[in-house]
Amino acid sequence: MTAVTAAALPGAAVPGVLRTGIHRTRFEILQYFRAGDTVFFTFLFPVFMLALFSVAFGGDGDIRLAPELPAISMAGIHLPGMLAAGLLLSGFQNLAVDIASERSDGTLKRLGGTPLSPVAYFAGKIGQVAVTGTLQAALLLAVAAFAFGVDLPAEPERWLTFTWVFALGITAAALLGVAVSALPRTAKSATAVIVPIALVLQFISGVFLTFSQLPDWLQDIASVFPLKWMAQGMRAVFLPDAFAVLERGEGWNLLSVLLALAIWLVAGLVAARLTFRWIRRDA
Amino acid sequence: MDTHAVQVTGLRKTYGGRTAVDGITFEIARGETFALLGPNGAGKSTTVEILEGYRRRSGGDVRVLGVDPGDGGLDWKARLGIVLQSTGQAGLVTVREQLRQFAGFYPRPRDVDGVIAAVGLQRQADTRIAKLSGGQQRRVDVALGVIGRPELLFLDEPTTGFDPQARREFWDLIRTLQADGTTIVLTTHYLDEAAQLADRAAVIAGGRLRAIGTLDRLGGPEARVPIVRWRESGVARAERTDRPLAFANALSARLGTEPEQLEIVRPSLEDIYLDLVEDAATSPDLGAADSAEADLSKAEDVR
Repeated sequence: MTAVTAAALPGAAVPGVLRTGIHRTRFEILQYFRAGDTVFFTFLFPVFMLALFSVAFGGDGDIRLAPELPAISMAGIHLPGMLAAGLLLSGFQNLAVDIASERSDGTLKRLGGTPLSPVAYFAGKIGQVAVTGTLQAALLLAVAAFAFGVDLPAEPERWLTFTWVFALGITAAALLGVAVSALPRTAKSATAVIVPIALVLQFISGVFLTFSQLPDWLQDIASVFPLKWMAQGMRAVFLPDAFAVLERGEGWNLLSVLLALAIWLVAGLVAARLTFRWIRRDA
Repeated sequence: MDTHAVQVTGLRKTYGGRTAVDGITFEIARGETFALLGPNGAGKSTTVEILEGYRRRSGGDVRVLGVDPGDGGLDWKARLGIVLQSTGQAGLVTVREQLRQFAGFYPRPRDVDGVIAAVGLQRQADTRIAKLSGGQQRRVDVALGVIGRPELLFLDEPTTGFDPQARREFWDLIRTLQADGTTIVLTTHYLDEAAQLADRAAVIAGGRLRAIGTLDRLGGPEARVPIVRWRESGVARAERTDRPLAFANALSARLGTEPEQLEIVRPSLEDIYLDLVEDAATSPDLGAADSAEADLSKAEDVR
């Protein structure tokens, strides 16, 4: 060890938030892809489900959701829902379980004793979510297009919609994940508490089941939560416009999608800010 | 620059109605290694966590490197190194990756490979932390504590679970840090470790400071009075005296024979420590009461 006394060199400043944020992002991504279980249950799960639906139910060829609508492949129907599920898994489920585990095993306490700013810590988490979520969406689109022959839209305005639905959706999901990470009391209970929430949301929000075929009261309940709006936004991007008649109000209603996601994003931000602590409780 | 790394005056901490720390006062000089001794649940960990900035105090005044830990910002944290009692490790990354990550948080970190070598993990540098033994993981903890070149290092039971050789090597590592001028606050259950490393020690029991001083004076002269033990008419007898030889001679003369099972012993550090802790258990107000009250009035002024 170098024989330099710390006291002899005062005044150097702590590295800035941007630099440590990027530093943390790299570390987070490294950790993410080394954890086999998250790679499967968070990263590959929507891809796996898309493939499963297409192979299991696609045997009869294309189907018609309504007599007046054009036929569509199983993969084509499920692609928007799986993209939305990806946002929920990569943002919400991933961060909620991850941060709850870090709090419970003492990682957060250790980080709290260093000059790492909480802002940089979250920049690292959000950066990890942004990178893994983007890779996941790209993989989903590639598998849908090349393995299952789904025609991806060509119009730039559809991709613009995709961009903001993706960005708003994954940010809101990530912030809500941070807020909910305060709920589980131990690392062991983290998955038990978080995964069922995500799973139920996926069933009622049009991810696994076609949303228009759910009863109205269930659709109303689902409309309270953000996943339904992510899925609706994704349907607006990837389904032909004729399918808008299946939506409530017989239109894509992108303004409501925008509003709902924005409200959840702000709610998530406030809740995350209020609930986050480096250590579990300070009496 | 102030000469004290740590100044604690009349520190109090209550949880609900329970008092965990009840008026503790001590100072630690810069460059000093200070050991905190005491049974579990005695208020030792609470005190250290207040110094580290993890917990807020209920009363009294605390300065760590001249700063109130309750207001300590990131620049202040950059001057500390904290090795917690038991902490989670990012098991999926290697020793070098983890140290590089932490080095990135500090303004003037030590060299990563240098620190790996100092804790004796060169051969494990590219091994994932989850694959290391418990003792090796503990060395990673210590490496993370010193990577930021701290002025003040907290070590909470650093060598629990070490084999004797690993403990010796760890002591050597601490001596290098001492030579660098690092102030060290060591919490330990091993009195030999405190005797090996610490300049001074404090015994905390029942939320109060029971003794403070250099290791060879801890507990005061009365705690070190030699003991003469012998058997007389089948009963074990003992006498504490400053003149054990004269006492033994007088005893021998009185009995007219060599006293049965005669021994003259000086209390070991462990004997002294156990006496202090037992006193605390039987008479909770011993000694500390006066200073605690004086500190309380002062604490209110400060707040």
